[in-house]
Amino acid sequence: MREIYMDHSATTPVDGAVLETMLPYFREKFGNASSIHQFGQEARNVVEEARERVAGFIGAKSSEITFLSGGSEADNFALQGLTSAYSGRGKHIITTSIEHPAIIETANYLEQNGISVTYLQPDKYGLIHPHQVEDAIRPETFLISVMHVNNELGTMNPIGEIGAIAQNHGILFHTDAVQAFGKLPIDVVAMNIDLLSASSHKIYGPKGVGILFIKEGTQIDKLIHGAAHERNRRAGTENVAGIVGFDKAVEICENVMTEEAARLTVLREYFWNKIETSIPDVIQNGHPTEKIPGILNMSFKGVEGESLLISLDMKGIAASSGSACSSGSNKPSHVLQSIRLAPELLNGTLRFSLGRSNTEDDIDYTVDALSEIVERLRAMAPVS
Amino acid sequence: MYSRKVMDHFTNPCNVGEIENPDGVGEVDNPTCGDMMRITIRVEEGVITDIKFKTFGGGAAIAASSMVTEPVKGKPLKETVKITNKDVAEELDGLPKVKLHCSLLAENGLKAALDDYYKKISYPYFIM
Ligand SMILES: Cc1ncc(COP(=O)(O)O)c(C=O)c1O
Ligand code: FES
Repeated sequence: MREIYMDHSATTPVDGAVLETMLPYFREKFGNASSIHQFGQEARNVVEEARERVAGFIGAKSSEITFLSGGSEADNFALQGLTSAYSGRGKHIITTSIEHPAIIETANYLEQNGISVTYLQPDKYGLIHPHQVEDAIRPETFLISVMHVNNELGTMNPIGEIGAIAQNHGILFHTDAVQAFGKLPIDVVAMNIDLLSASSHKIYGPKGVGILFIKEGTQIDKLIHGAAHERNRRAGTENVAGIVGFDKAVEICENVMTEEAARLTVLREYFWNKIETSIPDVIQNGHPTEKIPGILNMSFKGVEGESLLISLDMKGIAASSGSACSSGSNKPSHVLQSIRLAPELLNGTLRFSLGRSNTEDDIDYTVDALSEIVERLRAMAPVS
Repeated sequence: MYSRKVMDHFTNPCNVGEIENPDGVGEVDNPTCGDMMRITIRVEEGVITDIKFKTFGGGAAIAASSMVTEPVKGKPLKETVKITNKDVAEELDGLPKVKLHCSLLAENGLKAALDDYYKKISYPYFIM
């Protein structure tokens, strides 16, 4: 059977060159980067080289990059570490209702501990407008956290404008850039970003590695206590092989990012045109222009998302859905609820996220399969 | 995630469709997840001679709908009223815990259709 992976927002395969670069760091070059001997120094050097590259990729200084276990830890560190460092001074956080659970659940947890949180609602495209952020600011607001790109819709928030507002008010600005990093150019200085989360496994690097960028001079408490690793910001022996892999993955992004974005935009438009001409009663979700190239989120009227996913899976096609039945909690995704999709569309939502392996041929196969599946499932549904 | 049996019923469900001028109609939904089911039955001399369903829902809901209709065909009404969602889930070789309520949708659909039939013939007995 054919295998077509169109779930690159969930995770990506490790690039072959990335894996090659990593392999020596498991057996021959296995040193602990904190050791004085040559094994340790070898590891230290590559970790610092990686730090330099990742920093350069987003316009930061290498001392501003902390390696950690991934996007979730970076988000937790940012929110909890700042709240703790600002205790007594700041009591209010502004974030959005469409953040990844790594932010939403952390914010909920902080609320239980006496912090008040404003969750901004996006417009119907999933976009947060800068004036909403400005209007929500209170005297006790110390942190604004708005995601760069939404993982379900692909909608891209005006991070630079929000950063400028935060700076004007002297408020810290964090962005969860897990879905933007490696896909769009990011400049933390030009965009007035104080903290930024990114993760390696979304950009063809290994799982379990990520960064939190923390602007020089920012006061933040540790999340993981222990020895003085990572300039005393995050305890734990460095995941050297992972960091080396992340470094290589970033290097590849530097080289192919622009070209790949252009290719994926064409591919996505081809996909959508084909869907529109072969399947009736379908709409595209997300912003018409402010979105990243690889994500196509659609709602099929009168078909349930989990049934679509299982049927696609049986044909070797991997995608995801935000429908109630596919969620495990029997509730539609918080993002789809936030953009107020009509009930008959909400549960028929599918997200395809394209990546380096996908071709026009994959899309032809997928659309053929999908039109057959949608027809079969629609015929099975009661007309309401 | 799902058993083979669930996948089989999902891929090739039995008794999909709609009976014209049915003797009983059951329509139920689950407001939380939006799943919907419609069952129509034909009853002749106290026996269910035909049954068809239409379902909007996930894999579990479709498989459970198919499973609940299968043993009913050709059975006297008296026996079919005893079918529960537990039977349906067991016949499917189990359902994931979060999907057990989907078999309840199927049970309720069948019961609503039987109930509708009894109402139509003014039988003084209600199941729901
Ligand atoms: C927007 C966003 N934030 C955070 C995360 C969590 O990242 P990780 O899987 O590296 O913990 C993800 C990925 O699932 C994501 O899409
Ligand atoms: S939750 Fe929809 S299948 Fe039951």
